[in-house]
Amino acid sequence: MLKSTPFHARTAPLVRAQTWRRWAGYQVASAYEPHPDREYAAIRGSAALIDVSPLHKYHITGRDAARLLDRMATRDVTKCAGGQVLYTPWCDAAGKVIDDGTISRLDDATFRLTSAEPNLRWLSMNAVGLDATIEDVSERIAALALQGPLSRAILGELSPQVEALRYFRLVHTSAGGVPVTISRTGYTGDLGYELWVDAANATALWDALVAAGTPHGITPAGIWALDLARIEAGLIMLDVDYYSSHRALIDDQTSSPLEINLGWTVSAAKGPYNGRRAIRAEAARGPAWAFVGIDVDWESLERVYAERGLPPLLPTIAWRGSAPVFRDGRQVGYATSGCWSPLLKKYIALAHLSAPHASPGTRVELELTVEHRRRRVAAAVAALPFLNLERKRE
Amino acid sequence: MTRARYDAIVVGGGHNGLVCAAYLARAGRRTLVLERRPLLGGAAVTEEIFPGFKFSVFSYVVSLLRPEIIRDLDLPRHGLQILPLESTVTPLDDGDYLAAWGDADETRHELERHSPRDAEAAVLFGRLMHHMAMAVKPILGMVPPDPTSLAPSDLRAMLRLGRHVRGLGAERFHALYKLMTMSSADYLDEWYEFDPLKATKSASGIIGTFLGPRSPGSAYVLLHHYMGEIDGAFRAWGFQRGGTGAISEAIAGAARALGAEIRTDAAVSRVLVKGGQVTGVALANGDEIAAPVVVSSLDPRRTFLELVERRDLPDDVVAAVERYKFRGSSGKVNLALSGLPDFTCLRRANDPALTMRAARGAFSISPSVEYLERAYDDAKYGEFSRRPYMDVVIPSMIDPGMAPPGKHVMSVFVQYAPYHLNGGWTDERRDAFGDAVVDTIARYAPNIRSLILARQVLTPADIERITGLSEGNIFQGELALHQLFFLRPAPHWARYRTPIQGYWQCGAGTHPGGGIMGASGRLAALEIAGARTRAAPRAGWTSGGSGGGAAS
Repeated sequence: MLKSTPFHARTAPLVRAQTWRRWAGYQVASAYEPHPDREYAAIRGSAALIDVSPLHKYHITGRDAARLLDRMATRDVTKCAGGQVLYTPWCDAAGKVIDDGTISRLDDATFRLTSAEPNLRWLSMNAVGLDATIEDVSERIAALALQGPLSRAILGELSPQVEALRYFRLVHTSAGGVPVTISRTGYTGDLGYELWVDAANATALWDALVAAGTPHGITPAGIWALDLARIEAGLIMLDVDYYSSHRALIDDQTSSPLEINLGWTVSAAKGPYNGRRAIRAEAARGPAWAFVGIDVDWESLERVYAERGLPPLLPTIAWRGSAPVFRDGRQVGYATSGCWSPLLKKYIALAHLSAPHASPGTRVELELTVEHRRRRVAAAVAALPFLNLERKRE
Repeated sequence: MTRARYDAIVVGGGHNGLVCAAYLARAGRRTLVLERRPLLGGAAVTEEIFPGFKFSVFSYVVSLLRPEIIRDLDLPRHGLQILPLESTVTPLDDGDYLAAWGDADETRHELERHSPRDAEAAVLFGRLMHHMAMAVKPILGMVPPDPTSLAPSDLRAMLRLGRHVRGLGAERFHALYKLMTMSSADYLDEWYEFDPLKATKSASGIIGTFLGPRSPGSAYVLLHHYMGEIDGAFRAWGFQRGGTGAISEAIAGAARALGAEIRTDAAVSRVLVKGGQVTGVALANGDEIAAPVVVSSLDPRRTFLELVERRDLPDDVVAAVERYKFRGSSGKVNLALSGLPDFTCLRRANDPALTMRAARGAFSISPSVEYLERAYDDAKYGEFSRRPYMDVVIPSMIDPGMAPPGKHVMSVFVQYAPYHLNGGWTDERRDAFGDAVVDTIARYAPNIRSLILARQVLTPADIERITGLSEGNIFQGELALHQLFFLRPAPHWARYRTPIQGYWQCGAGTHPGGGIMGASGRLAALEIAGARTRAAPRAGWTSGGSGGGAAS
């Protein structure tokens, strides 16, 4: 049986078309309405309420908690102040990414790590010889994302402290009488917050948010809407855009941080960490792959559909798969996620391209299946993110 | 003797004999299969032992049937239909259970309940075993080269093998070496902490061998069972609809369609040899049938020491086969049940659907590594296990045609039951063995006794008597490292040939061995079909090889 999240009692009645999906062994909504248009619109126009409880969560305490995480992550965790949040990948000894997530310093002595896959064993293996206690709190702590331009206004009514909360900082507070930790983080590239709450209080928090948010157009949103937003924001997804090196069956299925646009998370100054030697060597010779945006040329798209007597068929729900990318007739990479961006009015995709072909503006072709026939449409390499909103960090 | 109407005679209508015959017929050989029993299949037979209740009497699941055989012989058209066997539930001594389900998320949640570390380790372990199976898979499809031979074909094959092993890289080569040499318990200790998980996994390392989970060499058998996983899309693991006998029937159907003739109730008493060359076979009824090629699908003891005269073989071959280890270690109990057993460990989940789901899969009686090792201890000293390892399935749950509506057939594979029991197997000892099995099941499913309508208990002695498998060994000889690949069944005679010209072997006693795999039968047929154009084999350059003359 799949598990259900602590918000299930609230979310289940809202899923009108039985559009459920699985996420990390949990049953979550793809969309609440039959089509995710309005849910996406809430992310960019008002505020969307997204159940992200399936994330794996670990509490790490002890004298060496920071050392343990610093040993794992590519970011410099020793510089993580109390109340700060870092986004980081972590790697194996070969410098290939195992997983990515956030590290929150909840207080001086306590950290929380979130991840897409279970990492308890990996944490324990890295903790050998260290004074660090690791607790899997995945089920104990429920998580909600409140994302969108009005999220601050809504949350501010319940917890005035969030008014001053800076990007990638957190605060321990209460909302509607429920003790909650609020971080200014998210997976949408928009102004937004994530709320971490004891599972027992999950529905109470949901109710408080819905009550406060309804006048502001708060809308429960599912994974389909989230997927559109995260592609616009250029945020990668494990098992979609890259594979954990722990699961890869062949070397080609692994990626280094530099290869998936996470070079900015690799600290050059920090002390030893898993994969440092390999990543340094790779940085010195230059990574073989780059992770970039693909911006599909509208005229070209229109033409390949017009050949079949059709208007362009647009992926209003993001696709996850693999579409070859060509340059001058030769395959130079592959796209792993793509969608029609309702905000940018563009067909965009995220792609792995071999490094010489990855500079922004490079003309490439994306292979699409148009009425049962494979066609290549013209496109340009774009720097990520496609959408970089000021309000996200203001 | 009649004039040769056949190009080849296959002795024994088990699945390997039938596969061999089908491939020979496919290669244009006029082929005859002779089966002693009234039904085909050898150890892969379905019989209605009690009215209305059908059993896969011996071999009860399809393990590793080679995908190329399924394709080449078009077996689905001839009745192959594999039903999924997806879950294993291990009842634990504390009243809980450990389950492995067909779904990865579900299995992870279940493992997390017992050990979150093991749940993560399982991902990495599975990946390693995938690589190990990929490494060994080509070997399964390869005619073993003779590493001591200087013949160009052997040298070429050794070179290919060497390149293949080198291509693994250091890490995987080391893992393979460990798998080949370690005990399954030690090997699993490197990965897992939850003892019942290790026990259940190591159980597949002891099946059919006279080894305990702590005996070196058992890790390889573990790998043998992982092999089925990489051909997962073929669903080579599972229940055949209608029991394993229906697989034999499917292969026989394919063989007949390709032109082979198959006779049952036709026991071969002797293989006829004249001047180092096979001339045909003599049946128990006195008939003689001539053929220039005779292929024995029987085990090495019967093939070399019973069907032909020892004087027709070199002494070293006789000695090697005499030393070949059978040591049957397992028994089988088949139960006709009036209803579904109630495994009490499943009650705690308070989910009625769970019992039904679990009953469609296997129950593994392997609560701890120590439990298995103690079961082995009994056998080591000549007794059957008082608390045996058991693999319990209820095929009627997924194939309702096996039993009357609402009733069930239960198949219990039991280990250990040594062929060489102290004082020998008698009716009383068989009953006592059956009682030990039922008593042990009753510890986990107390209502079992009240459900039993009929019971068939098969000891290794019974398996030998009915199927002809020497000492009741289900693999035609142990899958121990010293009896594998170019040593199976004997040095220099691993390429399906024998020292007698025209006399061949194709049973599980040859590479790659046991399980309903069919690889031995196929590889033998390909060798036989290709032999005419190829140089005759050499007996090698060891001393005492008078067989060299016979074979060349």
